[in-house]
Amino acid sequence: MTTAAEEIAAAMPKSLVARDTEGVRAYVKSGSPYVWLTAAAISVAFMITLALLILTAARGLPHFWPADVVQGQYTAPGEPAEPILAEIRSTEEVTSARLKNAGLKVDEAQLLYDRLLIKVANRDLLGADFRPVLSDWLVQRSYPEDAVVLERVEWGNFHGFLHAVKTDGVIVATGPEAWAAYQPLQDRATDLRSKIEEIEKNEIGAINYRIEHLRLSEKRLQIDGHTRENDPADYAKLDERRKEQDADYEKLRLELDAIRKDLSRDALVMKTVDGKEVEIPLARVVRGYRPNEMGLFSKLGFFGSKVWEFVSDDPREANTEGGIFPAIFGTVMMVMIMSVVVMPFGVLAALYLREYAKQGPVTQIIRIAVNNLAGVPSIVYGMFGLGFFVYFVGSSIDKAFYSEGLPSPTFGTPGILWSSLTLALLTLPVVIVATEEGLSRIPRSIREASLALGATKAETLWRVVLPMASPAMMTGLILAIARAAGEVAPLMLVGVVKLAPSLPLDGNAPFLHLERKFMHLGFHIYDVGFQSPNVEAARPLVYATAFLLVLVIIGLNLTAIGIRNRLRERYKALEG
Amino acid sequence: MTGVQDRTPITHGIDIESMQRERAGVKLEDETIALEVDKLDLFYGDKKALKSVTMKIPQKKVTAFIGPSGCGKSTLLRCFNRMNDLIDGCHTTGEIRLDGKNIYDRDVDIAMLRRRVGMVFQKPNPFPKSIYENVAYGLRLAGINKKRILDETVEWALKGAALWDEAKDRLDDSALGLSGGQQQRLIIARAIAIHPDVILLDEPCSALDPISTLKVEELINELKKDYTIVIVTHNMQQAARVSDYTAFMYVGDLIEYGSTDQLFTKPSKKQTEDYITGRYG
Repeated sequence: MTTAAEEIAAAMPKSLVARDTEGVRAYVKSGSPYVWLTAAAISVAFMITLALLILTAARGLPHFWPADVVQGQYTAPGEPAEPILAEIRSTEEVTSARLKNAGLKVDEAQLLYDRLLIKVANRDLLGADFRPVLSDWLVQRSYPEDAVVLERVEWGNFHGFLHAVKTDGVIVATGPEAWAAYQPLQDRATDLRSKIEEIEKNEIGAINYRIEHLRLSEKRLQIDGHTRENDPADYAKLDERRKEQDADYEKLRLELDAIRKDLSRDALVMKTVDGKEVEIPLARVVRGYRPNEMGLFSKLGFFGSKVWEFVSDDPREANTEGGIFPAIFGTVMMVMIMSVVVMPFGVLAALYLREYAKQGPVTQIIRIAVNNLAGVPSIVYGMFGLGFFVYFVGSSIDKAFYSEGLPSPTFGTPGILWSSLTLALLTLPVVIVATEEGLSRIPRSIREASLALGATKAETLWRVVLPMASPAMMTGLILAIARAAGEVAPLMLVGVVKLAPSLPLDGNAPFLHLERKFMHLGFHIYDVGFQSPNVEAARPLVYATAFLLVLVIIGLNLTAIGIRNRLRERYKALEG
Repeated sequence: MTGVQDRTPITHGIDIESMQRERAGVKLEDETIALEVDKLDLFYGDKKALKSVTMKIPQKKVTAFIGPSGCGKSTLLRCFNRMNDLIDGCHTTGEIRLDGKNIYDRDVDIAMLRRRVGMVFQKPNPFPKSIYENVAYGLRLAGINKKRILDETVEWALKGAALWDEAKDRLDDSALGLSGGQQQRLIIARAIAIHPDVILLDEPCSALDPISTLKVEELINELKKDYTIVIVTHNMQQAARVSDYTAFMYVGDLIEYGSTDQLFTKPSKKQTEDYITGRYG
């Protein structure tokens, strides 16, 4: 039996020289495995994030790069040669056995074939934009400088050669001069088209909005028991205004007709690679370019303008062409409305839980319940949003304030407000937990200092505690934004659509239209990726949109983090 | 109140002898009474922390509470501005009268009480705001937002707390950048800015270095011309240096209370004598 003192003496070192300097034991004791382990964890996390960004960017961005157009003869054995003018999109190696199964007459002695995915465009003529071809069979390849790619309003791109330019049905330029003649006409057409868009979207949009307003006013009058017989004055006023709007509309319609006529003046006569002549009105062409003759810098410029179009334009062609501005706008706006709702709500709830509620089992149960809300699947919140906000709250609002619009609902249908509220509910626990954490870290001494100067509890909270807890609240908001901006499932039930006719914010009073449906980047990815009729065309857009969504979320988060750091600097922790 | 602002500036360098001479022969019976404690019991739950304490705190004098840790001296101090109300399960019986009014009466507004009875804590606890806003905090609470009055009072209070010379060029800097001693003087400035009648000091020097302690002690000596001061201290030398009256407490009982000179030179109770001679505590 040894005494405690003897045991301790035995365990304590007799000499200051390190005992184990080699071997596993010493290595573990040195602590470096832990350093490696922790460093590895963070490296993997960092690299995965980086890989995600790089992958989405690398798959998405080349879509905007003007690819060279290859001309060649596609000579499948036993079939007549077929001229091809196409962009090569991707290459993969396929075994000859598989190709044989697919019905191709391949030489089985050659084990592997390169299969190309080429974009032949001309969907209106060929039926599909993309087709797979075997690299070996695509012969006599050349990159003609005068190959033209036309981006059209409909039917996707057109590949061919410019034969002639027509104005008012008369050929004004042919052959080599045609391209030079085409350029100014395209600029003119683009200008005219943006003018039409401007009139249709803003001016006619505003008139429609006002006419709809008048219709609702009339219905309001009917509901309130005013008929044309007993209250002709009011109806006369309405009719008067409607006449004004109709006159305005008529004027705009004439203007539009004139511009449209002007726009339809020019046309291009194009020759496809197999010699067919096609006339394409310039009104249907967005832009035309000759990729094979473009230098690096003009390609870069083209790339920049395409990327800009992507982030600033409306989508076209079932979302597979054009831009995604409405989706960016909808995402950011929805997140902002959500922040405006969730912050005060969450902070007030946390204040009560931490500062006013008597701490006991009931408070603890409520706290646990709130924390568990964070684990409820988001689709469940979507169901709740639909059932409660849309069908109950929305319908009640409609009945009370918008009865003139019924049976078509105003708020009783999914919209951006309900989406924001649903996500606010979804992110509420995060804000509550973070705020509570922040409140609990304000030292008691600071509260006492305020109280001792004659402040009430509410004054202390408002003047000292809340400002000091504000960085923690911002942390909550950052987490909330990160969660909300990436959420799609519940939104599909409460307000997101694949194509919204108008933004929730526009020039028509009251400017902010919270009842409107909106587009969202996350849903856009789903829609383009899974619902698009043109899979090959949509694929790069899925990546590009995903990349953009990540950038938008990073941008929103950086803003919030910036605010938090500023608050932190101001209300530095009080230690010592 | 303006008379308070006109007082003579603080002279640095402490003169304990003159302080002692000044207070020689003071008697509680001759003093005007600021606070009257009457049979005050205080319970933390079932535990009795103060046992029927009865005492009179004289106006514009320094009264020190001494005693071993856990004797209830801080608890008693915190009764004067009802800071103990913040503690769950804490309740009192008996009375404390300020100007004849029991501060535990139902109709007393605690915020108003605390504006008249200021407090300085053991550890400096400035708000994470500028020096200026720290001093102006109590005024803003009282609804005073006129820049002229705030400026004037901040300067006056900082001068009163002997901090003006060090802080006047950095009023807009964070108060957290001040040293511990400066912070504690800032807390005193913050307390006097609202012109209280009584200032409670809860071991104000326990977190300070000797030089800062000396400055605060000197400040207390100046402040007592205008305020009633009650100080809790662990340090018997400090009590002897700064106070006019001293109360010795032991496990919730007020054992002995009298003029500081008498308590330290001729204590009437054995327990007091044992404590001040260092036999326990």
